[in-house]
Amino acid sequence: MSDVKIGAYICQGCGLGDRLDTAQLAQVAQRDAKANVVKEHEFLCSEAGIKMIQEDIDNEGVNRVAICACSRRAKTEAFTFEGVAVTRANLREGVIWVRPDTDEARETTQDMADDYVRMAVTEVKYQSPPTPNQETSYTRDILVVGGGVSGMTAALEASRAGYPVTIVEKTGALGGHAAHAWKGIPMHAPYADPEDNIVDELIAKVEADSNITVFLNSTLSRTDGAPGRFVAHIAQESGPVTDRKFGAIIQASGYRDFDANELPEFGYASNANVVTQTELDAMAKEANGAPLKTKDGKEVKNVVFIQCVGQRSDKEGHLPYCSGHCCLTSIKQAMYFKDANPDIDTNVIYTDLRTPGAGGEDFYRSGQRKGVTFTKGVVSEVVAEGDRLAVKFKDLILDEDTVEIADLVVLATGMVPNSGVDIEAIAKPADDEEEVDADGEVEPPQVELPVESILNLSYRQGPDLPHLKYGFNDSHFICFPYETRRTGIYTTGPVRRPMDAQQAMEDATGAALKAIQAVENAGKGRAAHPRSGDLSFPSFRREGCTQCKRCTVECPFGAIDEDEERYPQFNEARCRRCGTCMGACPVRVISFENYSVDTVGQQLKNIDIPDEFEEKPRILVLACENDAYPALDMAGMNGVEYSAFARIIPVRCLGSVNLIWITDAMNSGYDGVILMGCQKGENYQCHFVKGSEIAHIRMSKVDDTLQSLSLEPERVATYEIAITDIERAPKLINDMAETIEKIGMSPFKF
Amino acid sequence: MSANVQAIESYRNSFLKEVEANVEEGDWVKMCMQCGVCSGSCPLGPYWEHPPQEIFMLIRAGKREEVLKSSSMWMCTSCYNCIARCPRELPITHIMHGLATYAERLGMAPKNQPTRKFALKFWDNLTKKGRVNELKLGVSLYFMNGFVEGIKTALKAMPLGMNMYKTKRLNPMEYFGGHGVKDTSGLKAILKKAEEIELAKLKKTDA
Ligand code: SF4
Ligand code: SF4
Ligand code: SF4
Repeated sequence: MSDVKIGAYICQGCGLGDRLDTAQLAQVAQRDAKANVVKEHEFLCSEAGIKMIQEDIDNEGVNRVAICACSRRAKTEAFTFEGVAVTRANLREGVIWVRPDTDEARETTQDMADDYVRMAVTEVKYQSPPTPNQETSYTRDILVVGGGVSGMTAALEASRAGYPVTIVEKTGALGGHAAHAWKGIPMHAPYADPEDNIVDELIAKVEADSNITVFLNSTLSRTDGAPGRFVAHIAQESGPVTDRKFGAIIQASGYRDFDANELPEFGYASNANVVTQTELDAMAKEANGAPLKTKDGKEVKNVVFIQCVGQRSDKEGHLPYCSGHCCLTSIKQAMYFKDANPDIDTNVIYTDLRTPGAGGEDFYRSGQRKGVTFTKGVVSEVVAEGDRLAVKFKDLILDEDTVEIADLVVLATGMVPNSGVDIEAIAKPADDEEEVDADGEVEPPQVELPVESILNLSYRQGPDLPHLKYGFNDSHFICFPYETRRTGIYTTGPVRRPMDAQQAMEDATGAALKAIQAVENAGKGRAAHPRSGDLSFPSFRREGCTQCKRCTVECPFGAIDEDEERYPQFNEARCRRCGTCMGACPVRVISFENYSVDTVGQQLKNIDIPDEFEEKPRILVLACENDAYPALDMAGMNGVEYSAFARIIPVRCLGSVNLIWITDAMNSGYDGVILMGCQKGENYQCHFVKGSEIAHIRMSKVDDTLQSLSLEPERVATYEIAITDIERAPKLINDMAETIEKIGMSPFKF
Repeated sequence: MSANVQAIESYRNSFLKEVEANVEEGDWVKMCMQCGVCSGSCPLGPYWEHPPQEIFMLIRAGKREEVLKSSSMWMCTSCYNCIARCPRELPITHIMHGLATYAERLGMAPKNQPTRKFALKFWDNLTKKGRVNELKLGVSLYFMNGFVEGIKTALKAMPLGMNMYKTKRLNPMEYFGGHGVKDTSGLKAILKKAEEIELAKLKKTDA
């Protein structure tokens, strides 16, 4: 920070000039906060205003810019200046729009604005303009793990966009699960009949594509590196190990069938004519249009399809979810029989028939038209009845227990994702001191791996992608499809969530685009999702580090490994810039160029704390910039008021909140502290997956700190806020103001 | 039928096919998706032995006797609520009447079902002269359940009848003959031909 020159620019537009004494703000910026250049402008985002700032940057050497105007979420393009650090004081959404325009309110409103100007100038003083990650040599090759429908589609799409692709397939042939099917669920209007299996066409395309290399009978024995520079060790069965460099990875490892042997009531193990959908399709493929026979070679006159076998069930060992394709698959398979001979009776026994996709409903009707019977019922048992089968079930429409005799029974067992090792089951995050032994080292997990790893990542946090729910490698289904918690590695197809081939193909196209994006971002040394384009990245001061390993454990994205000397080793390209590591570090040696313990810590220290007798409490609000901060901005837009005693500082993620900020705030006489993050837990909305959760865990320990200061625990509150909490977020601030009124001001004011 | 034979027949397409061939709009039955909207929409639904949704499932489950002997489809008042609401656009009302007609033709309809009895009386009354003779139809209804009952009901309805007479809404002379269409024999011929066509259809499907 050699020659820091701060310019503070105060806008008078949007009513700021009427509601606030901007001359006083200018004085605050200059005298209190020590800005070098201070200017007011009646309309700062206008061409003239921008020009004024740019000229100061060009001619006056201003390299830190504090824009004191609207929220940092407004006018972002206008207030972008190259090569300098920029920050914003939110005087519009954060001050005049949340305060009444009355004479009584005037003084506290001005106090608020004064503080925000101080805060902005202080923040920018401790920032430096971010320079991109220097490690920008990168390869554009994309690795696809798995050669099924999803994998092949992803490969073809990436190749069409001009990126070389390598497919690593475990078995001896491309095609995956779908290759065993005779025909496919229709993908084209009128969605009336099964269509030719798409797999052959895909294989032909892949084989014809010179941009795609295929390794069969191969697995990944080890994967190192980071986006832009992954190194995959491709082990061929009884062959050599090939090392290849890749920019991004798409994991399309697919699924396996739920084991029908787990369900003795359906007679799968004891009766050859009870088959799974996969087996029926294999039989049909073998017959290739000839009439299907029972296992003992007899003609099939009656087929019963049982839906949801061991699925959508909360029984122990069953799958709690819906596999999404099996109703359509049963309709397709019933048509195998009906199309060949309409006199064969086919009955699909379901509890809820689910036919997703554009053509799902049409396909269902087509099945009905062809005379497939659909019966709402629950099957209790399949038993032998002479040389046939008796399906015992309850008809839910007729409300009676009944029996149907069949020659063949087809079970719709579900999809189990091939998602590799559940790394969280084997290594619980070391949130508790107990898990750290006397030398301050975290005990390495000594649990046997239950399944084979797919990626064999050499990441400190484990060899595979973290699972989200039910073993699927997904991230947030609605907000961030495809994202996993390992940057540059994307999942697609049924390993991500249950889906049929058509959905898998759409999904794979998306994953290919994400992989390309990751490659390009890595090449430019900037962050991928969700802070896409961010050039800053965390660095740590080696001399200060105590090797406590908190950062390596808590990083939600496994971005930090350990070097030979057991110091943290940051992999910038894997990092999402959430700052969770910075919040974790007990000795505060981790920082970003434009976001650090100081950029926030100094702000809160520079807020004016009036003494006890002025009756002006101060409430520090650390608000996640993804949801809580926008919610508060929108409160301003909607004219929802909140206490003039609140001072709001946006944080990248609640996970980046370092406890020192709370301790400092308490010590400097703040009367209350509120943390606002995203929803945590199973249905998390945290943009950094675990940040909010980690913050909540850390904050649960803050009570001890408060106790040691003899402060009431009510003074610190942590909330989960959604972006829609436009009324609630202000109310929580007001509640804190009320609480302070009740318990009294902090005794720590000087 | 033993339990096993029944099981062998259950959930076969045979009865469905019979319905498709013989019942008006019968080929819609397989298209029902069992949502139950019809049953919930029918103003008389709660009084039916098997509301429409169940009738359709019974057909698909192959329960021939249960369907054809049922009083259910005779309960339909042709209000068309179900048709208006069925998401699968089944002509439910028509199917109900079609099933009733088919059951009647097979002689399986419940003999003492009151709406069935009314329907037959209505048909007799109408086909005689081509016009409904309301007086005769009304009186025959009074006596539907026997002579003594008939006299009682008639006496109860007397004041209403007198008022209708005074306001020229009722002509007692109608009881003796009454008005009809101009060409009664032509009407008879039409009905005969229609019956022939129906029977021919049946023969074809029986063969
Ligand atoms: S915790 Fe966040 S900021 Fe830190 S290394 Fe991990 S992803 Fe990057
Ligand atoms: S038309 Fe018949 S079946 Fe339909 S709602 Fe009315 S009475 Fe019920
Ligand atoms: S409303 Fe239509 S689809 Fe629904 S149960 Fe009735 S007939 Fe079937």
